[in-house]
Amino acid sequence: MTIFGVALLALCTLIGVFLGDLLGVALGVKANVGGVGLAMILLIAARSWLLARGKLGGGIKLGVEFWSTMYIPIVVAMAAQQNVVAAVRGGPIVLIAATVSLLLCFACVALLGRFGRRAPAADARVRHGGAVIGGDLDDDAPAPAAPPPSVRKA
Amino acid sequence: MLSMIEHVFVEQGLVAAFAVVGALMLVSNFASRHLTAGRVHGSAIAIVLGLALAYVAGLYTGGKKGVADLPGFAGIGLMGGAMLRDFAIVATAFEVDVVEARRAGLLGVLALALGTVIPFIVGALTAVAFGYTDAVSITTIGAGAVTYIVGPVTGAALGADSAVMALSIATGVTKAVMVMVGTPLVAKLIGLDNPRSAMAFGGLMGTVSGVAGGLAATDPKLVPYGALTATFHTGIGCLVGPSLFYLTVRAIVG
Repeated sequence: MTIFGVALLALCTLIGVFLGDLLGVALGVKANVGGVGLAMILLIAARSWLLARGKLGGGIKLGVEFWSTMYIPIVVAMAAQQNVVAAVRGGPIVLIAATVSLLLCFACVALLGRFGRRAPAADARVRHGGAVIGGDLDDDAPAPAAPPPSVRKA
Repeated sequence: MLSMIEHVFVEQGLVAAFAVVGALMLVSNFASRHLTAGRVHGSAIAIVLGLALAYVAGLYTGGKKGVADLPGFAGIGLMGGAMLRDFAIVATAFEVDVVEARRAGLLGVLALALGTVIPFIVGALTAVAFGYTDAVSITTIGAGAVTYIVGPVTGAALGADSAVMALSIATGVTKAVMVMVGTPLVAKLIGLDNPRSAMAFGGLMGTVSGVAGGLAATDPKLVPYGALTATFHTGIGCLVGPSLFYLTVRAIVG
């Protein structure tokens, strides 16, 4: 059932955020430390566990993947509620601090990405993920003869 | 008539938001295909449009939450708020290739460290260049360059001046907006085309909203890898900002 997928996602999110809060308290920080990241790791673990037992049914997948496909629209809604006026009016100090740190970090991405880089992985699983998050699961459906990439990988 | 329509929008906030964002995506995909011949991602256009609308709405309402400050569009605030945003980000983890993610784990940690230290140093030096001399203000502005949450959390912990706090938040917001808009432009140049570099990117850029928007506009398949590291960024920043960074700055400026 689809709701099991949504509930699994909700459970992972709640536990992850709770653990992030605990970690924050333990470290004496007034913030959640990596709650969403921990939730992601939980979901990845839950997925492998279900897959290993052959219990990863279509309903569960649909429940979770629906929310991945909603990712970009949600990000657009997020963009529409940023305090852009404050960003534009920030003045030179804001502009300089933001731009320079951004450029340096972009340069670091280029540097770190080169580190131990292999041939670009044209991984079916990675590409399938891109199609789901990109919001067009149907367009992506490979030739019907081939099993879905995620199943094959496992 | 118009007030009745507005009433429906207010009452059905989240549902209205789905319709509005759907329309925005439709327009953006159309523009992507016909005006740029597919060169610019539809989602990139949608995000820039969203930011532009937020700017116009912010000027009009004088509020801080862009379009969401208009009563008829309050649902956008729920749809794009932290709750559903984090929910959708976690969902993208379902598509992660575990082997790929684990392989880049150490790289992610290194990126997180650099992504916290470099913006802080840049922000702090900028503050000094603009005449700030006290350790609290310098640290708060430097922390704002890490993310717009680290800035105020650090400032509040240190008891910074409210004008400095505002500057710190503005620095973080500007950075987030620039990441959203700039990432698709530089992606090719910095080799941002595989899960590995996406994890480095997430750790270095930090700001979850910036990374979420920037990667969505560049290549959706990279989203979960970037988000995985980026979500640790704010917590780490809040940890070292008021402690390690403040003590270091105070030791230097006295």
